Amino acid sequence: MSELFLLAQVAGRGVAIAASQVDSVVDIGEVTAIPCAAPWVRGLAALRSRVVTVVDTAAALGLPLARRGSSGGGGAARAVISLVDGHYYALLMDELEDVGPFERRSMSSGVALTDRWERAAGGWVERDGEPLLVLDPAGLLGGAMDAAA
Amino acid sequence: MDDLLPEFIAETRETLEALSGEIVAWEADPADRARLDAIFRFVHTVKGSCGFLDLPRLARLSHAAEDALAAVRSGDRQPDTALVNAVLGVVDRIGELVEAIDAGVALDSAADDLLVAALSPDAGVREPEAPAAPAPVEPAPQPQGGRAAARSVRLGVELLDRMMSGMSDMVLARNELARRLREGAPDPRAEAALERLSVTVAEMRDTVTRTRMQKIDALFSALPRMVRDTAAQLAKQVTLVVEGSDVELDREMIEVMRDPLVHIIRNAIDHGVEAPRVRRAAGKREAGRVTVRARQSGNRILVEVSDDGAGIDVDRLIDKARRVGLVDPVRAAAMGEAARLDLIFSPGLSSRDQVSEVSGRGVGMDVVRSNVEAIGGRVTLSNRPGRGLTIIMEVPLTLSILSTIVVGVEGQRFALARQSVEEIVSLRAESVRVDRLGDANVAAVRGQRLPLLWLHEVLSLPRPYSRPQSARLLVIVSTRDGAFALGVDQVIDSEELVVKPAAPPVMACGLYAGQMLPDSGRPMLLLDGAGIAAAAGLRFALSADADAEESQAEARAAVQALLFTDLDGCRRAVPLGAVDRVETVDAGAVRLSGGRARLTVGDALVPLRAVRPPDEGRPVTLLRLTDGQSELAYAIAEPADIVDLPASLAPPAAGSPYAGVAVIGGEPVEVLDLLRVFADEGAVRPTAAAPPERVCLLGPDPSGWTDLFLRQLLEGAGYRCATRLAPGEEAAVALAFDQTDALPAEVPLVRLRREPGGGDGVYRYDRDALLAAVADHMGAECANGRRAAA
Repeated sequence: MSELFLLAQVAGRGVAIAASQVDSVVDIGEVTAIPCAAPWVRGLAALRSRVVTVVDTAAALGLPLARRGSSGGGGAARAVISLVDGHYYALLMDELEDVGPFERRSMSSGVALTDRWERAAGGWVERDGEPLLVLDPAGLLGGAMDAAA
Repeated sequence: MDDLLPEFIAETRETLEALSGEIVAWEADPADRARLDAIFRFVHTVKGSCGFLDLPRLARLSHAAEDALAAVRSGDRQPDTALVNAVLGVVDRIGELVEAIDAGVALDSAADDLLVAALSPDAGVREPEAPAAPAPVEPAPQPQGGRAAARSVRLGVELLDRMMSGMSDMVLARNELARRLREGAPDPRAEAALERLSVTVAEMRDTVTRTRMQKIDALFSALPRMVRDTAAQLAKQVTLVVEGSDVELDREMIEVMRDPLVHIIRNAIDHGVEAPRVRRAAGKREAGRVTVRARQSGNRILVEVSDDGAGIDVDRLIDKARRVGLVDPVRAAAMGEAARLDLIFSPGLSSRDQVSEVSGRGVGMDVVRSNVEAIGGRVTLSNRPGRGLTIIMEVPLTLSILSTIVVGVEGQRFALARQSVEEIVSLRAESVRVDRLGDANVAAVRGQRLPLLWLHEVLSLPRPYSRPQSARLLVIVSTRDGAFALGVDQVIDSEELVVKPAAPPVMACGLYAGQMLPDSGRPMLLLDGAGIAAAAGLRFALSADADAEESQAEARAAVQALLFTDLDGCRRAVPLGAVDRVETVDAGAVRLSGGRARLTVGDALVPLRAVRPPDEGRPVTLLRLTDGQSELAYAIAEPADIVDLPASLAPPAAGSPYAGVAVIGGEPVEVLDLLRVFADEGAVRPTAAAPPERVCLLGPDPSGWTDLFLRQLLEGAGYRCATRLAPGEEAAVALAFDQTDALPAEVPLVRLRREPGGGDGVYRYDRDALLAAVADHMGAECANGRRAAA
């Protein structure tokens, strides 16, 4: 049974996000910093009349903070808006590629993921022979928060 | 059919709530036909509905109750205690069954038989198949149990919630639109349209907010029953008085307040109201009285529960706290009354020794407080040992819209809840000083020392080296444990904003209470005062300091005074209440006549006082003073400022025309002696000082003369004055123009007279006679208390 997935690039890796978990795809403009928050929490942004928490997806996965012009809240960045536990998050992506139906497979044994990736992974899909990790927003945030604690 | 059942459940539930008060009232007065009818109608309606909804058990119960009540209605039976209890039992059972149907669970039916049996006049005699009950007269019983029919529809709370959040979004969308319009070229037509939209949106927001409002009666209607049951359980007699049930409140608030209120009332009955025997011995009525009162004050709702019981035994409370290890003896000794009383809110502490079925498990007041504080409210106590306790819960009108103060630091904006901000002072003000104490900062604001935190440090915002210190203002933030000063760069605005909870990663910082989107379109974080204090490691001991500051604030609201430069160049002040207006008149209006300066106003002459004659031929600035009856002008050089008078004045030299010297802004300022200015000359020196617990009670006076003029004279003479007696205070004498209800009859009254010459009482400007009369009543013991310095 195939599901719709959104394919994107995070820190040079391809990932897939279930379309059912994507509220919308937007360009994030100005970001209000949140002093004292974890480094992967970029800040708050207004989306129409809604406030979203902007998450540096790569940093949330434990990768080094992306060095980008937008880190200070300058230029636009692409993000996937996802609703997790009643709150809207904007997950920053390097690039958004495609939407298409894929078949979700469970993680096969023998693939050793480190802790945060493990929590964030919701299986994998195959695109033209290339395996792509399915990114689960709730797991991603949960893993990042637990790591911070 | 499927639609009818939920409708029936909702209706029955609602009627049950309204009914519980009726039943108790009926029990108190079984002859009350209207109550009986209301209850009868309820069971009758339930019976009728059960018939076509096919709910046999409910039908049987309601039928039995209806039979019994019909007999009472026709006069065949007397409503005795057994019957009332049985009817109550059935009504309760109906409630339980309805809840069970709603939840879809089964309920044991064994109890039903007992309840039905209990209804019969004497079990066994009554035939199982009683003759048909007298047919109800009303052909279509009112579904609302007799309440006035209102044009209304039933709506799900969820729908209202969605409407409310939609409304919030609409407000924000309007704000964004306004911002976009400002960015572009101004177009008057677009602006007019926006203006119209703004007005409509504001009205809509009001309306939608109101749909979420519910009369607090929804919370109060269940109380009579609860009080009755609780009191009966404890073998006490309690009269419940409920006031202000028509005050409206956000329905969510009502839900949050339900448990705290029930808990407080149970406490009042269990701990507060004494057993009838004890009450009799103490000279009280046997039946205790519990008063529940709701009122609105601005955008806050106050719910007050007071009892006339024993109050809190503070010594025993302290004792217990020491035994439990909550406070050490040293600190306990240093604690003030309010801080001691506050211990009642400590987890695991109850003022009662034995645990009763009703309360006293020591899980209570701490939960009450945290529940109320969770919705932005607070709980305050007023203890009258031996005479009762009053607990006041104060909550905001609605949950989601908060009045905030926006502060700026390092170019970023943050909001603080308005209710948590006590005061904002400039760091440059003379009454403010900042010191380093070890590695901590301490601010002294008008002599009161507070821990100081710099917001940029709390938030770890980098400060450029070029300007290590750019904080210019101190915001005094009060938290539940204590107050601290927060240094910020600027205070930008105050705004009413919709607060939404922030996402968990944001809340994890512990510094924020929520997020909001102001007109600027840039999201803003709401700072959490208590969180900031905790993050910075501030610990507020239950200290005597905080107490002193509180009691000072309570003692008397600061008197405002007009500060001015007098004709001789000195700074002087006069209580603002006595100043009618400040005006400048032509030199020609001031005349010397009859040996004194007078001011001509139209045809009338107003006496003029001045420290020296005004300059000839120049316009004169005047303070027009009034005592509510006569007028007087006082010539000055120029008015300077309006200031708060300090609570105590340095006494003046003997014979000085001033009431005393106040230090204002570091400068000594003479305060005009109003009494002397208004009275003719005639110096009286203060003669006696009363022990502080003996108070001069000042009678109510709409012109404010007593509070303003008389207070000055009496306090100058060393007496303590009050317009209202605080708990525990005793008045030695009352002074008033008329005897009124506001003055306790047992306090001797000194009548004041407005006119000089003969008549009853003492002429109000006769200093000697006034002081003599007061000294008379203060009694002989005051002779020892003569003020040495005078």
